[in-house]
Amino acid sequence: MSERALIEVRGLVTRFGSHVVHDGVDLEVRRGEILGIVGGSGSGKSVLLNTMLGLKHPDGGEIFYDGKAMSRMAASERAALERRWGVLFQGSALFSSLTVRENILVPVREHVSMPARLMDEIADLKLGLAGLGIEAAHKYPSELSGGMKKRAGLARALALDPDVLFLDEPTAGLDPISAAAFDELVSELSQTLGLTVILVTHDLDTLHAVCDRVAVIAEKRIIATDTISRLANHTHPWIQEYFGGPRGRAALRS
Amino acid sequence: MAAKGPDQREQPRLAIRETDGGAVLEAAGDWLIGTIGPLDRQVRAISDNHAPENLRLDTSGIGRIDTAGAYLLGRPLRKGDEAILEARISGDHKFAARLIREVHARIDHCPPEESSGWGLKKMLVRIGAGTQHVLEEAWDTLGFFGHTLMTLVACLINPARLRWTPTVHLMETVGINALPIIAALSFFIGAVVAFMGASLLETFGASVFTVDLVGISVLREFGVLITAIMLAGRSDSAFTASIGSMKMQQEVDAMKVIGLDPFEVLVVPRVIACVVMAPLLALAAMLAGLFGGLLVSWATLDISPTYFLTRLQNVIDWSHFMVGMSKAPVFGLVIAVIGCRQGMMVGGDVESLGQRTTASVVQAIFMVIVIDALFALMYLEADI
Repeated sequence: MSERALIEVRGLVTRFGSHVVHDGVDLEVRRGEILGIVGGSGSGKSVLLNTMLGLKHPDGGEIFYDGKAMSRMAASERAALERRWGVLFQGSALFSSLTVRENILVPVREHVSMPARLMDEIADLKLGLAGLGIEAAHKYPSELSGGMKKRAGLARALALDPDVLFLDEPTAGLDPISAAAFDELVSELSQTLGLTVILVTHDLDTLHAVCDRVAVIAEKRIIATDTISRLANHTHPWIQEYFGGPRGRAALRS
Repeated sequence: MAAKGPDQREQPRLAIRETDGGAVLEAAGDWLIGTIGPLDRQVRAISDNHAPENLRLDTSGIGRIDTAGAYLLGRPLRKGDEAILEARISGDHKFAARLIREVHARIDHCPPEESSGWGLKKMLVRIGAGTQHVLEEAWDTLGFFGHTLMTLVACLINPARLRWTPTVHLMETVGINALPIIAALSFFIGAVVAFMGASLLETFGASVFTVDLVGISVLREFGVLITAIMLAGRSDSAFTASIGSMKMQQEVDAMKVIGLDPFEVLVVPRVIACVVMAPLLALAAMLAGLFGGLLVSWATLDISPTYFLTRLQNVIDWSHFMVGMSKAPVFGLVIAVIGCRQGMMVGGDVESLGQRTTASVVQAIFMVIVIDALFALMYLEADI
């Protein structure tokens, strides 16, 4: 790649007290790609995501967006950057006091000025893009099923038409049909909108269906970043076990 | 799209060119969510004046476009729920045509929310619904109270079922931890009553009656009321919050499945803790209140502590103390039952936890004051 990567993580160190989660993580996210991040439970996938989002301060190392160090950005630059992100958190993190439509409109109201009628229409559009029926628009998050919450969360993440989408375990807890539909949705959105997607997941089918490249976290660092077919031949024992295990083989076959 | 910074964007423009085959919309500029706001009116006017079948769209001049922009551009081309026809969009933009069709294939408009209105009828409906809610709440609380009593009696008959460890722990948090604040509040109330009495009674030369005033009011009412109100604010809200969050995390369901009775495990220990500790706290509150009165009388009226205590013994009948103490366990019971019931009513979301905690404190204080009034009537009739 001659072009500089959209997001670069260099020598990232994260600690919780004396517990070291990351010790020298290096990661590159290229423009327009769908990058999967995998790793064992507790290997710090979500922590890495939170650090990339600036929710957690790195204890060492640096994160670059478009070649600019995040820790040295002015507040206005950070705000401009944040407007280009869409984030779907693990638990969806919908605001429980607002309906789904109001949830989607939170970022729109905050950052954009447009007539209320158009705003409502755009909220409906995002609902449609996320594959959620209109009957969900006036419901509160507590009235939604797990899968619908994920979709509503995705609709909110898409509200400002972001360039970069961060998804934390988007298909966890979804039935295989909904999960497959979600995968299709993500790759379609990434193609039509030129989105860059960073995806933390355990779902081998998702990795297979949508990811251009997959980064593997183990031993407190990224041990490999490659296409899934090449990772399957990687010699590292954890990767072997991950992709070579019964589930991994089944996903590869399909 | 991502190559350009978000700051350099060109205002979108829309021109309309009439041709023989209908009108052609020529779009130019960046059609992005942040820029399209001002164009909504123009696009709406076009939709009003032109039927979709007479319109064509030329995308050649478009710079950047996102889903919101694609939606707005495609809107006049679409009739009702029909999809946008292939032939209607021309131009050499890389993906605008595809994006517009894609976006319109997915959208489905949702009907506007029913307006709640402010008419007289709506007001009556709200009053009716509110009244019904209050009655249902009262009925359900009564039901919960009965259930609690049944479980309590079952536990007292078979004391092995009582959970001593949580009960004693709750006694500590409900009782001993609340002691300093209740004593301090009661001390100040006693002092204030003495002050007011002193300044008023001194004008009649009857300042010695301050002792009677402090004694009767603190023993009969203030000691126990302060205790109950503090319990409602402090322990009752804690009961609701802790049981409610257990409910939210499905811990209560887990208990039921394992074969534990939530009433036995959660409600009964709290009820016992409150019923046992309320009289003890009330006693402490009474002592602190009397002490406050004593200090103020001494400082402002020159009533010596010895005289204060002697007069207290001679004038104040034991019945006043007994009246106060008799109310304490009842208040404790009511507060614990309301707190636990509201906790059990919490649903799956954070919102309801907040609502239930508020409702719990409001109901508890309301009931304490209503029951206090009933006690006053009862003792008045009984001449005590």
